[in-house]
Amino acid sequence: MIWLDFLSQPAGFDIGETGGWLFEASQPLWQAMLVGLSNTLRVSLPSLVLALVLGTVVGLGRLSPEPVPRRLAGLFVNTFRNVPLLVQLLLWYFLLIEWLPAPNEAMHLLPGVWLSKGGLAFPWWDAALGAWSMPSQEGFNVQGGASLTPEFLAVAVALSTYTAAFVAEIVRSAVSSVPVSLIEAAQTLGATRAQVRWRVLLPQAWRAAMPPMSNQVLNLIKNSSLAVAVGYPDLVSVGNTALNQTGRVMECIGLMMLTYLTLSWTVSAVMNLLGRQSRLAASA
Amino acid sequence: MKDIGILLRRPWQAAWWLLLGWLVWHVLDWAVIQAVFSPDLAACQALRHQGACWGVVQVKGMAWLFGRYPEQQLWRPALAMALWLVSTAWLLRPLLQGRDARPWIGQVLALACWPAGMWLMGGAGLGLPAVESAQWGGLPLTLLLTACTLLFSAPLTWALALARQTGPRWLALPATALIEVARGGPLVMWLFGAAFVLPAILPAGWDWGPIARVLVVTTVFSAAYAAEILRGSLATVLRDQSEAASVLGATWWQTQSRVVVPQVWRGALPALTGHTIGVLKDTALVTIVSLQDLTGAMSVSLNGDADWRPFFLEAYLVIAALYALMCLGIAQLGARLELRACRTG
Repeated sequence: MIWLDFLSQPAGFDIGETGGWLFEASQPLWQAMLVGLSNTLRVSLPSLVLALVLGTVVGLGRLSPEPVPRRLAGLFVNTFRNVPLLVQLLLWYFLLIEWLPAPNEAMHLLPGVWLSKGGLAFPWWDAALGAWSMPSQEGFNVQGGASLTPEFLAVAVALSTYTAAFVAEIVRSAVSSVPVSLIEAAQTLGATRAQVRWRVLLPQAWRAAMPPMSNQVLNLIKNSSLAVAVGYPDLVSVGNTALNQTGRVMECIGLMMLTYLTLSWTVSAVMNLLGRQSRLAASA
Repeated sequence: MKDIGILLRRPWQAAWWLLLGWLVWHVLDWAVIQAVFSPDLAACQALRHQGACWGVVQVKGMAWLFGRYPEQQLWRPALAMALWLVSTAWLLRPLLQGRDARPWIGQVLALACWPAGMWLMGGAGLGLPAVESAQWGGLPLTLLLTACTLLFSAPLTWALALARQTGPRWLALPATALIEVARGGPLVMWLFGAAFVLPAILPAGWDWGPIARVLVVTTVFSAAYAAEILRGSLATVLRDQSEAASVLGATWWQTQSRVVVPQVWRGALPALTGHTIGVLKDTALVTIVSLQDLTGAMSVSLNGDADWRPFFLEAYLVIAALYALMCLGIAQLGARLELRACRTG
């Protein structure tokens, strides 16, 4: 693999946020790319969980018989779906870095949880000490524990709310796609409301939701590349810097491409597995 | 009184209405009651964000709408936009009203309004001062990128979908590869890539500037996604119908244009509406490669101005509302086309 030998050259650039990895400009380029990949996954996975939870709540809210939550959920979906993700991301980022208090006046949200322009600090297990490290305000800064940068928070919030709007639509159409006759049949057989909900509605809706949901998961991972706009060093951001530094365009793009394809295949395989399990459960 | 009785009997509902009232009150308080509507910097700063400062729109609005375009020449992009909107509306009107489409000469003329508008903005050979495409920006650029991407990707979309679904192996394989590779990576990555690759591989004189480079990427990217939508729809009509048509003696071309395309079009319409909205929203990404579309022009105009920068929230909300209006307009258009397609079909 001679054409990939440039990857073992020193990277020559620093990465602003490494998420716990130690990285310096003198380390080889392939390690820089790995840090980028880990940053992509580090922001995508929590966003995904948030998007699924929020999207499910909003999607069910749109089916609620109460008018107020139904309208509010509709407003949420139409707002977040119809504005470019980049605009939303820049808006969240600005809000975080301009409107939050400075670190020396950090907001104390919960015991040990601080929010400020410097980011979100929270307690973290310190393996070296063998104890929980609680962040506290010392001097002009919040020290100790673990923290998330405003860049990370902006990307995570923007990705999860944007994706949640799409997830909500999937949830809504999946639930409404279950034929009423099926529910009536279950009720006729004497099923309780909880049984109808968990044994009839959920498995059927789950099956309808799986294929579009896996698309949304992939979109979320790919959309995390917008992080470059607020300076969060994800895979595309690091890859682009590497491309600038080395001039090896085809190689760098090829590498990123392969990484994204691998991620796509993994996600598809996992989602297929989840879909298949529900089919087995439904037929059993 | 009856209403209050119902509220008391249903505490949950009352809680929801209280929440709604609280939300509406806070939004109204910030956006209207305490807001400053005049472009008065001192008054806006005195608000300390307790109310909105809508004056920023009056001060910066032109810069958001037209980007870096020379100030004395702003009538040109404005006229171009008017030309595009009127011609497109004229083209779509009969379709929405359920009448026959305009005659083909009218269609060609309406489509020709797009290059005519570009020509007006560029000014080449019109006796107007030339304005390089690198200086175009704002809303005209967003509209231009959206329209050109959709227009250029339409034939490529059909070609890719047909090749992958019905073509012989030597056509299906490259089509599949192109679709999967384009969809595999994020658009941001392709935009970065094109900014490097295209100037290097294109022969001198063929590099038509940043807008054309971006268009190459968005066109292929959009075609790959739309091809998958069409392919899904193609799979539902294909086999029996085209066999029936060829038994009746129709040529391949007749089968495609009279049997397959109308049905595929009808089946794919809802998804294509969503795709069109996606293309419009994706044009915002050109900001990342330093073009000044609506999003880019707005963020540049605020970042460079320490006085008005604090009122970014108002600015973003206005831009977001503009995008939302355009997207909802497209959705409405799609829904009406769908209604009409079902009625004729």
